[in-house]
Amino acid sequence: MPEQITLRVARYRPEQEDSPTFADYEVPLRDDWAVLDALNYIKDELDGTLSYRWSCRMGICGSCGMTVNGEPKLACATFLSSYAPGPVRVEPLANFPVIRDLVIEMTDFMEKLRRVRPWLIRDEEQPVEEGEYLQTPAQLDEYRQFSMCINCMLCYAACPVYGLDGDFLGPAAIALAQRYNLDSRDDGAARRLTVLSQPDGVWDCTFVGECSRACPKGVDPAGAIQQAKVPSALAAAKSLLLPWGGR
Amino acid sequence: MTSYLQARYHRQQVPRWWWLRRRTYTLFMLRELSSVFVAWFVVYLLLLVRAVADGPAAYQRFLDWSASPWVVVLNVVALAFVAYHAVTFINLTPQAMIVRLRGRRLPPRAVTASIYLVWALVSAFLAWLVVG
Repeated sequence: MPEQITLRVARYRPEQEDSPTFADYEVPLRDDWAVLDALNYIKDELDGTLSYRWSCRMGICGSCGMTVNGEPKLACATFLSSYAPGPVRVEPLANFPVIRDLVIEMTDFMEKLRRVRPWLIRDEEQPVEEGEYLQTPAQLDEYRQFSMCINCMLCYAACPVYGLDGDFLGPAAIALAQRYNLDSRDDGAARRLTVLSQPDGVWDCTFVGECSRACPKGVDPAGAIQQAKVPSALAAAKSLLLPWGGR
Repeated sequence: MTSYLQARYHRQQVPRWWWLRRRTYTLFMLRELSSVFVAWFVVYLLLLVRAVADGPAAYQRFLDWSASPWVVVLNVVALAFVAYHAVTFINLTPQAMIVRLRGRRLPPRAVTASIYLVWALVSAFLAWLVVG
């Protein structure tokens, strides 16, 4: 019989309990199994009522974010063997409302993401006949790391500011705003600035830096937020010194 | 309006002692706390300036007060916190600021190293002013 490890999984079934409880499951401890494989084993073999989100199993869809032993992690990229001999505590992502078991409610994040307009904004569209919008490798490097974000929300779970003040725009949304602001093809920085400079925008961030440590894709949202503070502060200073000045 | 489903969501609360749960959170809170000691040093410096302006007697009184054990202890603690504040501030700088030299992005280490170098030079100059 293969070696076993205990998964202590948070269960919340609103129709039968008021607050989450934990359930222990014994799963095989295999070197090639991630926490997600163990959850799939539970779902298939032990308890079909367990609910969680997952899709790609390769760290790109950003669906399987959860709290593993207190840390925000992608369940597909977190190996059971790292936690041997166990138990491994699996809980939903922190700072979000829990719908059921490990499934969190993400509407708030989706709405914030939409607010920063994370797409290319052009003042004037170039005619198709003129071809692509060209970009040099150096121009690509300006924003490339921020474009690696997979919207997994681990940074929101790691951010105590978001936990304490749910109105905070948050790390990923600001990093993605910065991703487009730094893109040489984009003209939308001024429009995004009005969102980023709001009290719940960049200035809510106190540079805890945990978002950048939690990011599974090596994005540095904490850096993006501090860098976004510069144009925000300059715009504020400009409007103070030149209240009637043009934009 | 809260729907029937939303009303059944479990709202997770941030525990009061959240900042003791992870080392990096605690270090962050200490960094935040260090600002109080930075402010204290500003006040202390202003008190020194006022004492100097008020003449030798006031200056002597200031020195005597500064030598009292509780002020010495406070200043030693404040120095430790201000040093921590400065080091963490410098270490975070390259993350917050992209420095370009002749159009090229300076590597983060070069940014940090140059600030430490300036800090060392200014400290050496001040030490020379006091001791030399």
